Amino acid sequence: MTGKRRDTSGGSNSRTFLKTFSPILSVLAGLALWEALSRQVLPLFLPSPLATARAAVELWSDGTIVAAVAASLRRIAIGWGLGVLLGIPLGIFMGSSVVVRRLLDPYIDFFRFIPPIAFVTLAIIWLGPGEASKVGLIFYATIFVVIVSMIAGVQAVNPARIRAAATLGAGRLRILLTVVIPSTVPAMVTGARLAMGNSFLTVVSAEIVAAQEGVGALIWTARNYGRTEWVFVGIILLGLLGYLCDRLLRLCATRFLKRYDVKT
Amino acid sequence: MVAGAAIDLENISITLGGQPIVSQVNLSIKAGEFVCLLGPSGCGKSTVLNAIAGFLPVDGAIRVGGTAVRGPGVDRGVVFQNSDVLFPWLTASENVEYGPTIKGVAKRERAELARRYLELVGLGNAIDKFPSELSGGMRQRLQMARVLVNEPSVVLMDEPFGALDAQTREVMQVELDRIWRATKPTIVFVTHDIGESILLADRVVTMTTGPSAKIKAVHDVDLSHPRTMSDPQALTLQSTLRNEIGEEVSKVLRQQGLKEPGL
Ligand SMILES: Nc1ncnc2c1ncn2[C@@H]1O[C@H](COP(=O)(O)OP(=O)(O)OP(=O)(O)O)[C@@H](O)[C@H]1O
Ligand SMILES: [Mg+2]
Repeated sequence: MTGKRRDTSGGSNSRTFLKTFSPILSVLAGLALWEALSRQVLPLFLPSPLATARAAVELWSDGTIVAAVAASLRRIAIGWGLGVLLGIPLGIFMGSSVVVRRLLDPYIDFFRFIPPIAFVTLAIIWLGPGEASKVGLIFYATIFVVIVSMIAGVQAVNPARIRAAATLGAGRLRILLTVVIPSTVPAMVTGARLAMGNSFLTVVSAEIVAAQEGVGALIWTARNYGRTEWVFVGIILLGLLGYLCDRLLRLCATRFLKRYDVKT
Repeated sequence: MVAGAAIDLENISITLGGQPIVSQVNLSIKAGEFVCLLGPSGCGKSTVLNAIAGFLPVDGAIRVGGTAVRGPGVDRGVVFQNSDVLFPWLTASENVEYGPTIKGVAKRERAELARRYLELVGLGNAIDKFPSELSGGMRQRLQMARVLVNEPSVVLMDEPFGALDAQTREVMQVELDRIWRATKPTIVFVTHDIGESILLADRVVTMTTGPSAKIKAVHDVDLSHPRTMSDPQALTLQSTLRNEIGEEVSKVLRQQGLKEPGL
């Protein structure tokens, strides 16, 4: 046992070393390239990493970053949460009823190709310039992907599993509740993760109008002041937040939903 | 413990996707009998089994215990080839309790039943394990326990050991024989394995090549238990069955143009 462990330790150590350090190395290389490029052009065109870092410190110390992150995350949480909460039952409903699916399919297939930014004006007319329109746009960006994922999930349920439940005495409703829905948990996780990605893509468009706070708002305001480095701060914030949210989601899924065959 | 029920297939024909899969099949299976269904791949063995289970619409009459089959029911348990039919989010015990829960058996009694049936199939140590933590053979035992706990009068098994390695398969065959003796349901068992059918069955039914597959022959297996394949009678039956299946398989090959007639 110990001998075996000793045999493989060298190999696995260098593998962990590569695993932890190669992303760091690639990020450092990216920063170096950015620095090199920024020296060739005007700061308005491409601010250097250092200038961006200084801007980040500045925006952090006056509280802008915390407020922006809080505002954007709040909008995402509400819009995404509503999209997932409504999309899951709707997708299950559509996936299990051929008639409902035939009726709603044309709408799903139509709207999922229209990006949220196309609805910005309408959202403001219908929901006002406040929070509702921003949350509404994020909701729109999330619900279809959840529905589509759930329909696929329902249709992928092993028919033999349903038959097995029927021979054990389960009726239609019980099969839906105790076989179909638990079998679609991996599709719920997939849908929620894709929806999370869409929320981050949308939050910038949602904050294009009349948002005082928010990472997207920060990016749009930067234009008025000619502060390209603020744009970079916003972009980096979005990327980091998105990465962290996805990580958190995956962690929760593998921790609490593992027995539902969730693979992330 | 469980009394088996007789199965009557009266002139049944089954059409799937516009294709006549089996036609005019007649077969009477006695209560408590163990019948194996053999035939070339794709002839319609699973189709016949699914029809008895009540999964498919059928022309003609299928009666189980004298009552016409109209859909799936707890009187006919099904053990599937693939153990994906287990609920991966439930423990072994919870999987077995699924049927009793529907019947309204109280929680404590249910757990006791599950324990008893898991012990019957040799899974007494795996009560709280999830299906993903069990080996292929253990998962098939779990399927059996989940079916048997409902005390079905008929157990339909579609190549239940097809995915297992040879050793596990042998163990499972012995176990199934023991469980069948203990509970005495009627069993219809689909297999590709001629040896398996001889070791287990009271009667072996062979089918012809589809489309419109029929019953080719019915053989009584008059061998004492425990059976071994070294028994000369078993060997004779084995070669008879091999020839019968061989004839049908060459028909399939000819149909598919893989073999010249007369070769
Ligand atoms: N839904 C369906 N629609 C049309 N044809 C089908 C359908 N299901 C099965 N078949 C056809 O019915 C025939 C019998 O299938 P079945 O699964 O009963 O064969 P089998 O004897 O169990 O084969 P195997 O030994 O390979 O499991 C096959 O030719 C198959 O192509
Ligand atoms: Mg089959």
